[in-house]
Amino acid sequence: MVTLDDYYSDDPVAWCPGCGNHSILEALKQALVDSGKDPHEIVIVSGIGQASKAPHYLRCNAFNGLHGRTLPVATGIKLANHGLTVLAEGGDGDGYTEGGNHFIHAMRRNVDITYLVHNNQVYGLTKGQTSPTSDLGYVSKTTPMGSFSPPLNPLLLAISMNCTFVARGFSGEPEHLAGLILEGIQHRGFSFIDILQNCVSFNKVNTFQWYKSRVYDIKDDPSYDPRDMGQAFQRAQEWGEKIPIGVIYRTDRPALDEKQPVIRDMALVKQKIDQASFEGIFESFR
Amino acid sequence: MALDITIRIGGHAGQGMQYIGLILGKIFTRYGYYVFIHQDVESRIRGGHNFVQLRIKDEPVYCHSDKVDLLIALDKGSMDRDQPDLAPDDIMIFDVQEFTSDNPARLPVPMEKLALEAGKNKIMANSVATGAALALLGIDLQPVLDRLDEEFSAKGPEIVEKNRNCVIAGYRYIQNHFKGSFSKKIPPASYKKEKLLLTGSQAMALGAVCSGLKFYCGYPMSPSTPIMEFVASLAAEQGIIVEPAEDEIAAVNMVLGASFAGVRAMTATSGGGFCLMAEGLGLAGMTETPAVIVVAQRAGPSTGLPTRTEQADLEFVIHASHGEFPRAVLAPGHAEQAFYTMSRAFNLADRFQSPVIVLGDQHLNDSYFTVDKLDLGRITIDRGNIVPGEDLASPLEYKRYAWDESGISPRILPGQGKAVVYADSDEHDEAGHITESKMVRKAMVVKRMRKFEGLRAEMVPPEVRPEPNADLLLVGWGSTYGALMEAADILSHSGLKTAVWHFCDLFPFPNAALSTQLSKKTQVISVENNATGQFSRLFSGQGGIPIDHQVFKFDGRPFSPRDVVTRVHRAL
Repeated sequence: MVTLDDYYSDDPVAWCPGCGNHSILEALKQALVDSGKDPHEIVIVSGIGQASKAPHYLRCNAFNGLHGRTLPVATGIKLANHGLTVLAEGGDGDGYTEGGNHFIHAMRRNVDITYLVHNNQVYGLTKGQTSPTSDLGYVSKTTPMGSFSPPLNPLLLAISMNCTFVARGFSGEPEHLAGLILEGIQHRGFSFIDILQNCVSFNKVNTFQWYKSRVYDIKDDPSYDPRDMGQAFQRAQEWGEKIPIGVIYRTDRPALDEKQPVIRDMALVKQKIDQASFEGIFESFR
Repeated sequence: MALDITIRIGGHAGQGMQYIGLILGKIFTRYGYYVFIHQDVESRIRGGHNFVQLRIKDEPVYCHSDKVDLLIALDKGSMDRDQPDLAPDDIMIFDVQEFTSDNPARLPVPMEKLALEAGKNKIMANSVATGAALALLGIDLQPVLDRLDEEFSAKGPEIVEKNRNCVIAGYRYIQNHFKGSFSKKIPPASYKKEKLLLTGSQAMALGAVCSGLKFYCGYPMSPSTPIMEFVASLAAEQGIIVEPAEDEIAAVNMVLGASFAGVRAMTATSGGGFCLMAEGLGLAGMTETPAVIVVAQRAGPSTGLPTRTEQADLEFVIHASHGEFPRAVLAPGHAEQAFYTMSRAFNLADRFQSPVIVLGDQHLNDSYFTVDKLDLGRITIDRGNIVPGEDLASPLEYKRYAWDESGISPRILPGQGKAVVYADSDEHDEAGHITESKMVRKAMVVKRMRKFEGLRAEMVPPEVRPEPNADLLLVGWGSTYGALMEAADILSHSGLKTAVWHFCDLFPFPNAALSTQLSKKTQVISVENNATGQFSRLFSGQGGIPIDHQVFKFDGRPFSPRDVVTRVHRAL
């Protein structure tokens, strides 16, 4: 039986006290334990940024790669060994600006990975610059006159890509978040979870209290059907007085690793190289 | 005199010159001759002026010749642009009614009309031209018709029949009107499937597949695209995943993910795409993840000449990405070498847990070469220090970057056994966790650079064309192989004893005590398809031998042997 202890890492945590990352990390560990998987069956791919340090603070396979490039690495891992449970993790800068192109195409591919984006609406590791999800008019050292561009709505983008699992969590609701991550892991296909998170050091607008007083569980509305794309589009635009969390949209379509005939019977990494199979390969050149 | 015939087929894009070149190339290869086909094409799908040039010899041939013996001009553009390259007694077949000539070597052949009659479609003029060329060269027709059946069988019996009729029509037209016009004949030989005819790209792809390639991710970019297409064509049968990337950044990162998970993985691109891969290259270096990247050069910078050749990315690939980390750069000179080089690239990448770049160019990648044999017995698969995770005594203690004098740490594949693997792009400790410790940083830099010295010891010295007490030594690399070797023959025959050193392994520069092999009187001349002498700097800087003269060509076209000879004379 897997326990939280199995996922314990003694790597010292380098996040600010009070940062939302701490509870996201706990929620992630809980979800992994609840998934029943052993640490060696999990791979977390992260980018660069405060959020991307997360894989060091729990014990499992990890590839801490480049800023914005989590999803291609995670896709390569999943296709090479689809027996592994693969997660990708990064921040809003990593995923929505630097890695925006990969985000779009990972959803298109519907590769079976669970993607967690710690979204604190600000760049943390580089000390407080405007991010792609910062509010319109957000003032920082890079936008001293206020951000001229409205924030990117990652949920709308994901629904428009017909992403098969679109959810939003909040670092202040770790149990709810752990449930979402577990659902994401169990979902067959690309699962995207945008996680609202406060930044104690740099975002003085969207604070813990700001989020706490606004978020509500979408399940509280019994009429909401996450399989209804029209409803999902509407609800994904709700922002301000009330902010929905939970599974916003889901649908079913075969995952890339299910469609790829080469790995139908066996993971790529387990397939033996048989040099005898190359004998006929030159024939068409003769 | 030794057999050496060059046929040029000129026309506009869409007329099927490549088809004629390839069919003829296959035929002569099957007759046991050696063929080199190079393509001079514009970056467009229809129109313009392109040519395909086929050289046939009775000994291995690795480059084109400037001397065209037979021109097949499929349109007026070809007559205008290619005819000036002919001597008066060289043969030209043409299909332009308004052109008349008293020269008996200019042979009007109504190729489109014959195609309409025999194949009901003037597009089959290329088959008529094929037949005409075969008649002029005195080739037996029957084996060729067999070949056609194979080429077109997928398109249905009707297309096969029409093409067959067109080839026969072209053949008979020459026999009836111009029999004996062409003095050069290909001697009769038996027709059999033995030798191979393939491009540098195909050889690279075959080499990769035969080395156990399991994962390919790339974005199309001339002239590298045929590698991806050919690997994809084998994917189902050979069990290879080919994933089209959204961009080259994704391509290299996906390759690293697959490689981290444990399979042999590669990508191919050209200089522009490799610019996007630069950060990923450093990620391979830092995370110590094997990767093979083919860079098929084209003329740059920026978009440059997309379908033309250059050797101007050498210093770029050697230095690409920030920071210092080990890598190897290999530049094969011809298709056969390209095949075996891919196998070496994968083994070096795995053994040194590092990126390996195979540097090609449009001339190597797009040209066809006749190859006697590709020997699977010469391919060994060495995955390096991969430890079966299941056998680990204390899996919880596993450290991905454990110190070793060689710099090479035992590798475990994630998910194989109880150990967990941390790979990190940050500076990291032995376990793979982020560190800023001075001591650990130093140790990790030393560890990585130890692998660079290990790689250097694996580098193969240049292939030498020996010439005792040589007057000249030509040095070069990559696709200039054939031009260098033939230029040396020409120069030596003319009294200038000329040796050649051709480098495939470029970086780390091979430690071969090169200078001891040189006589004092030998003048060293570098030959490069670029404008600034990138290889000269590497050769002098790391090989320690001064270059006396430099020969450049940077018009987007490959060197012919004559080009080299002319420029050498000019330089002396």
